[in-house]
Amino acid sequence: MSGRRIGEVILEVKNISLRFGGVKALSDISFDVREHEVRAIIGPNGAGKSSMLNCINGVYAPQEGQISFRGRSFRHMNSRQVAEMGVARTFQNLALFKGMSVLDNIMTGRNLKMRTNLLQQAIRIGAAEREETAHREFVERIIDFLEIQAWRKTPVGRLPYGLQKRVDLGRALAMEPQVLLLDEPMAGMNVEEKQDMCRFVLDVNDEFGTTIVLIEHDMGVVMDISDRVVVLDYGRKIGDGTPAEVRANPEVVAAYLGTGH
Amino acid sequence: MWHGRDDRCAADTPDAEPTSVQTTFPRLLLDHAKARPDAAALREKEYGIWQTFSWSQLAALVRTMACAIAAQGVVRGEHVVVIGENRPRLYAAMLAAQSLGAIPVPLYQDAVATEYVFPIDSAEVRLAIVEDQEQVDKLLEIRPQCARLAHIWYDDGRGLRNYQEPGLASLEAMLEAGRAFDAAQPGFFDAEVARAQPDDVAAMFFTSGTTGNPKGVVHSHRTLLDRARAGADFDRLTEREEVLAYLPPAWIGQNIFSYAQWLACGYVVNCPESASTVTIDLKEIGPTYYFAPPRIFEGLLTSVMIRMEDASALKRRLFHRAMAVARRVGPRLLDGKPVSWRERLSYRLGDLLVYGPLRNSLGFSRVRVAYTAGEAIGPDLFTFYRAIGINLKQLYGSTETAVFVCLQPDDEVHADTVGVPIEGVEIRVADNGEILVKSPGLLKEYYKNPAATAEVMGADGWYHTGDAGFLDGSGHLKIIDRAKDVGRIVGGANDGAMFAPKYVENKLKFFPHVKEAVAFGDGRERVCAFINIDFEAVGNWAERRNLPYAGYTDLAAKPQVLELIRECVEQVNADLAQDERLAGSQISRFLVLHKELDADDGEMTRTRKVKRGFINEKYKVLVDALYEGKREQFIETAVKFEDGRSGNVSATLAIVDAKVFPAQARKAA
Repeated sequence: MSGRRIGEVILEVKNISLRFGGVKALSDISFDVREHEVRAIIGPNGAGKSSMLNCINGVYAPQEGQISFRGRSFRHMNSRQVAEMGVARTFQNLALFKGMSVLDNIMTGRNLKMRTNLLQQAIRIGAAEREETAHREFVERIIDFLEIQAWRKTPVGRLPYGLQKRVDLGRALAMEPQVLLLDEPMAGMNVEEKQDMCRFVLDVNDEFGTTIVLIEHDMGVVMDISDRVVVLDYGRKIGDGTPAEVRANPEVVAAYLGTGH
Repeated sequence: MWHGRDDRCAADTPDAEPTSVQTTFPRLLLDHAKARPDAAALREKEYGIWQTFSWSQLAALVRTMACAIAAQGVVRGEHVVVIGENRPRLYAAMLAAQSLGAIPVPLYQDAVATEYVFPIDSAEVRLAIVEDQEQVDKLLEIRPQCARLAHIWYDDGRGLRNYQEPGLASLEAMLEAGRAFDAAQPGFFDAEVARAQPDDVAAMFFTSGTTGNPKGVVHSHRTLLDRARAGADFDRLTEREEVLAYLPPAWIGQNIFSYAQWLACGYVVNCPESASTVTIDLKEIGPTYYFAPPRIFEGLLTSVMIRMEDASALKRRLFHRAMAVARRVGPRLLDGKPVSWRERLSYRLGDLLVYGPLRNSLGFSRVRVAYTAGEAIGPDLFTFYRAIGINLKQLYGSTETAVFVCLQPDDEVHADTVGVPIEGVEIRVADNGEILVKSPGLLKEYYKNPAATAEVMGADGWYHTGDAGFLDGSGHLKIIDRAKDVGRIVGGANDGAMFAPKYVENKLKFFPHVKEAVAFGDGRERVCAFINIDFEAVGNWAERRNLPYAGYTDLAAKPQVLELIRECVEQVNADLAQDERLAGSQISRFLVLHKELDADDGEMTRTRKVKRGFINEKYKVLVDALYEGKREQFIETAVKFEDGRSGNVSATLAIVDAKVFPAQARKAA
């Protein structure tokens, strides 16, 4: 575990443009993410935040521009390749297996780390058993970290929304990611749940040194926990810098106060 | 005066005289480690698995930790604060402090930071050993006010990586230093343990005073261990018991059950994974010895009832049928009273289908002895647990008495008494009705507070509990009220009789139809009462009888409702008549109030306690009418509605006479 010391650029987005037919979702977006930092992408509804994340994540293929991760450039990769490179994400609308327990849901995050094959796992002897034990231990550490021990065996569908969000984060953490993409981790939460989630995000960043890219439209939350912020509006980048710089940017203020449109 | 029960009289003969405690907590630890090195001492659930500390592992940990503490220059007689949940390493910290002759002071982990200032400052604490970031933050916040607090050690380092405060260190790092110290001075630890004497101060517990600063209750090894042993002997506890420790370790109740008795008996203490997993952990561990205040039992019962409401109709019917049998038969079976074979059979069937599974899902399958203490428990709640076969009992004690004063023997359990004085305890009732206690477990003193010590400890060695009560005919202690609230009947047939308002009111409130009651009688000839009906319960009752009503005031004035309440009052009277001392507190007249007593109107405190004095003033016409023998009285009261408006409620209230019963002579023992 490395402590938190902001390092070199780990992820760079260059001149990305994304169109759906005639709709321009993103136009000419560039920014970078440094190792171990908390980087936020903010903007009003429909600004293109999730689209940006989906490009990084390999879900969407941008028409123009390129993304480089640790110096390796690519126009488009599939989601599995991105995951294997050490990028994990959570989802705005949660994509958990509702009928499965918290434990099993987080175990699915270990999928890419499993070395034994389906047959071995079905019989569950020897290497498969040892492997499962090791992965289970890792998952238990995440459960402890996120303080969800009381719901370990509870089907996810029966949990309140705030806890489901935590499980979603747990599954992403199970991948031992170098970069964690969080899509609106505080959406739909009450104040207390938001505070909890902020603490977990900062703790992940602090304890594991994980680089975090998060999307959020709650300005207050973002300004408190991010090192640097990118602001999007109507698919364009209108601001980039520390929270204080962004807050002072007149274009950003205008976008948020709704004037000038 | 009342001594031990017959079957324990052997303890009074000279050779079996319970030789007063000759050991200390650390010596007991080393004894266990020597006699049963591999037996489990503590378990803690972590990463989903119960991790076990054996006695020898624990002894080694305590040794290292004691050396670490000594390496910081902590000396004999110094106080060491311990704050956190029940965690093995914090238990070890208390033992380590005691090994050096230092005094552990556990503080409530959920207290706000400012509440720590007084104890830490007055006890001149230099070292605090705490659980995690939450506690560290609180201590750092008050550090400017506690100049002496030089060292803060934490068990769980999460979130603390970037803290750069002087004196802040992880327990892990300090253990490293302890090992070095131990290697340099290998004889140090054993010599220190040998130096400690049973009469040395073992621990200090701060009691939460309602007014002023908390008081530090000082106990020696002897006082705590003597009571721990006496309680263990009473219930024949062995080293095979399993206990789940989940209440604050700063509360003497938890400390006695999971620390003093743990070391005295050598059983296993289990620490839950987190506060939110207690019910799951309870089920996994299946404790044999259990202890909780009434609110915990109430919470469990409520959760059962709510889940039953959601069950299928068949299951609900089965549950209610079985519970009816259980209420009738269960307590008698536990008490060892005669039960017909038919009832036995239906109880066995109920046990197979309902009570057994229910006990299991509550985690009480293996409970041999369970205690409730801290406040009065409602008879229905109490009976529920006994009915399903859980040996729930009551005890009486306080921080000052190291808990164990009175306990209920297995076959003499009553909802309204708190048991018989156990070995070593003498009880006397003062003229004002206050209970006085003499016991080997009494506090040594209040820390730095001789005035408070003198107030509770008479020169004659009797401890003044502040509770009013008496020993009933069978030798059981009955607590009726706080001593300062107890009054006297003046004049009339019961001149000079004791009047215990809260006792009478509580008895009334145990009826589901009665929400609140206010009893008057101090300095008067007889007792009268105001009653508040429970709108929901009485409303349901009325609907089942096709009795129409237009609202609270109307319902409260219905003759049928008055009749219902009269039956309740007379039943209370009949109960009170059972004891000659309380017979004078029988309610001769009462009325049912036309509005609910409310904190918004100043009639109750925010914690729902009636303000007797205020009500006496506000409703003077009603009180006068009760005592002047009127049949009815008109009253108009200003009320504040919940939306902030105020208005008037007026009614003519009927005053009802209730039957009183002649006092019965005390039952022979």
